[in-house]
Amino acid sequence: MKFKTFAAFVGPSVFLMLLFIAAPLISVFVQGFYLTQPIYETVEVETCTPGFPTQTCVTETKTQPVIGEDGKIITETKYVGLESYRNLLEPDRALTALGNWDWGSLLTIDFWKALRFTLTFTLVTLPLVIGLGLAIAVVVNNTARLIRGPVIFVSLLPFIITPVIGALSIRWLFIGDGIMTAFLEWWLQRDIAMFAQGWTIELLMMFYRVWHVAPFAFVVFYAGLQTVNQDTLESAVIDGASRWERLRYVVIPHLMPLIIFIALIHLMDTYRAFEEIVGFSSQAYRISLQWLTYDLLVPDDSGNRAISRASASAMLTMIGIVILLVPLLRRTWRDHRGGSH
Amino acid sequence: MIFKKLALAGAMALLSSAAYADCAFENTVPVKSISAGFEAWKAVTDAMAECGNVEAELDQEFRKKQPAAFAANPSLYQIGGVANGTLVPLLNEGTIRPLDDLVAAHGQNLTPNQLIKIDGEVMAVAMMVNTQHLMYRDDILSDLGIAVPTTYDEVLAAAAKIKEAGVVEYPLGGTFKTGWNLGEEFVNMYFGFADSMFADDSMPTINNENGVAALEMLKKLTEYMDPEYLVSDSTYVQQQFQQGKIAIANLWASRAGAMNDESESQVVGKVKMASAPAAKAGGRPASTIWWDGVVIAKNITDEEAEAAFKVAMEGLDEEMVTANNDIAVWLIPGYVPGDLAKGAADTAINGAVSYPASSQMGLMHTALGNGVADFLTGAKDAQTTLADIEAEYITAAKEAGLIQ
Repeated sequence: MKFKTFAAFVGPSVFLMLLFIAAPLISVFVQGFYLTQPIYETVEVETCTPGFPTQTCVTETKTQPVIGEDGKIITETKYVGLESYRNLLEPDRALTALGNWDWGSLLTIDFWKALRFTLTFTLVTLPLVIGLGLAIAVVVNNTARLIRGPVIFVSLLPFIITPVIGALSIRWLFIGDGIMTAFLEWWLQRDIAMFAQGWTIELLMMFYRVWHVAPFAFVVFYAGLQTVNQDTLESAVIDGASRWERLRYVVIPHLMPLIIFIALIHLMDTYRAFEEIVGFSSQAYRISLQWLTYDLLVPDDSGNRAISRASASAMLTMIGIVILLVPLLRRTWRDHRGGSH
Repeated sequence: MIFKKLALAGAMALLSSAAYADCAFENTVPVKSISAGFEAWKAVTDAMAECGNVEAELDQEFRKKQPAAFAANPSLYQIGGVANGTLVPLLNEGTIRPLDDLVAAHGQNLTPNQLIKIDGEVMAVAMMVNTQHLMYRDDILSDLGIAVPTTYDEVLAAAAKIKEAGVVEYPLGGTFKTGWNLGEEFVNMYFGFADSMFADDSMPTINNENGVAALEMLKKLTEYMDPEYLVSDSTYVQQQFQQGKIAIANLWASRAGAMNDESESQVVGKVKMASAPAAKAGGRPASTIWWDGVVIAKNITDEEAEAAFKVAMEGLDEEMVTANNDIAVWLIPGYVPGDLAKGAADTAINGAVSYPASSQMGLMHTALGNGVADFLTGAKDAQTTLADIEAEYITAAKEAGLIQ
């Protein structure tokens, strides 16, 4: 292909990627090093508010931003280097805690607490999603052709549900005396409160994520199963391979690229866990990195928000994903190079 | 084509039924409002809509949109619904206008108590007060011979008795959901023990015996609550009351009406209101007083501002209050304080402080909301919890430029 034609084809998509992916990333990266603050002045202000039976007025010194000629708050932006990262990571405290092998006090720092949960959540759900997806795919592949359509449709349903709605539904099943909690209480003959401690919420969140994502793995694996070489399978049968051996030595090696693909997508998605935290309102016990970024960005009652720290948190989340993906990407790269020889 | 006609007919029907019903004037200037979404705001905005050309947005998360929407030029909304806290960013950014002229021209029905004055200028018009006060099951307390608690120690004693009698699932309820709700619980309790959370230079001063006392009292209360208290918000506590699962809670006055809502509540007429309990004997009620009211945007034309103010006055008139007397503690003339308002009124008369909204308080509230849970779950002791909250506040305040 001529370079000109190539450029004409690729140009628009490169431009859009630069505009919508690279530019925001760079902007977030830069914002992590700067701090924009209003300039404040202290003034005596008399404030009158409703009271019983008459108004109460108090005079107090208030810190309020200076408003410029144009009616906007005057702000100044200064370079703070890695301070936002330091505020987020609290390296001194974290190192002291690590030095004393004091796991508990490390986890009282928001970032490390979020990292701990995010990593566990990601790494525990990964094998479950792949295993369950594969199991459903194999089962569906072996069901009678007649009912296969409806079975596929039903298996896909959890994936179609909007994540937050799905999380809320599970929460309502279990919160307080929800149907499921009531059932468990009746079954086990004991009082159960699923939302009163961290680990039960964490289990529910993992259950929800696996339930939600496994259908995606299933569909991909099911498509893969249709391309398994039937001759190889038949010769394996003739060689006396059991069902398990056929799965282990013929089907799974054939599906390996798909398994890696699912693992990549799952790691990227799950590391950004957010819906679960909001849906299960687990903030008191479990927070994720993405939720931490969100929490820093949300303005409080008085309109304050920590944009610089939020940028730092977002960058750290991205770095975390990249680190997790490296082993898988290296493998794909190796396979790719090996295949081209 | 048919669809278009149908849509048009539908729109016309809506317009003619909603507009010009009971409004004193016909509004021709399009007016939009944004406010919280609870019952009282619904009543007020419905009354405003009677004037025509009013579009009301009711959103419990309005605080996240309001400052940016009002900073736009022209402002995206003419009328804003605010409370003590949410007024701060609008004042700081100067995006709302002084209302003195408009009050003089169209505010003849307002009482002086309604006018929120900052340095002598009217910046907002209050319509109701809201506060967390004691709600209790009168039948249970009188059956067990318990006097209405006036301090938190008495609340604990009452809770112990109720638990022993086993008449309800959990003796106490509380709006302890992590985040804003839990922060508010600590603020309420803390002001029962102390006067201020800050030193003069904006530095925090909560890591002291008052802070520890407040934390410990909160923890003692949770022992009598549903163990899932860290996810329980106002609506959850309201439902616990309505379903007869709890006997005592310190709950928002704006939720009192729901106790007697026959379509939802199984305890109609059984829940009574009283002043918020004091944190220590002889102290003031451990609660803060909030008001809700309206502001008018600055970045709009004077004509729009006048129309918006007139519409707002129509929403805050006597007619609206008479029709919705029991859903809030109104400040508007024509309000007849009923039994449900007793708790809020007594809390104020007993000297509860007004919520001390400021930029610093906004940061502190967030730090508290995220930090207090660690003490309640037992992850940290009281000193560490308070020290961490102070540290989080200082980091945030430095970033915001409030502390150098």
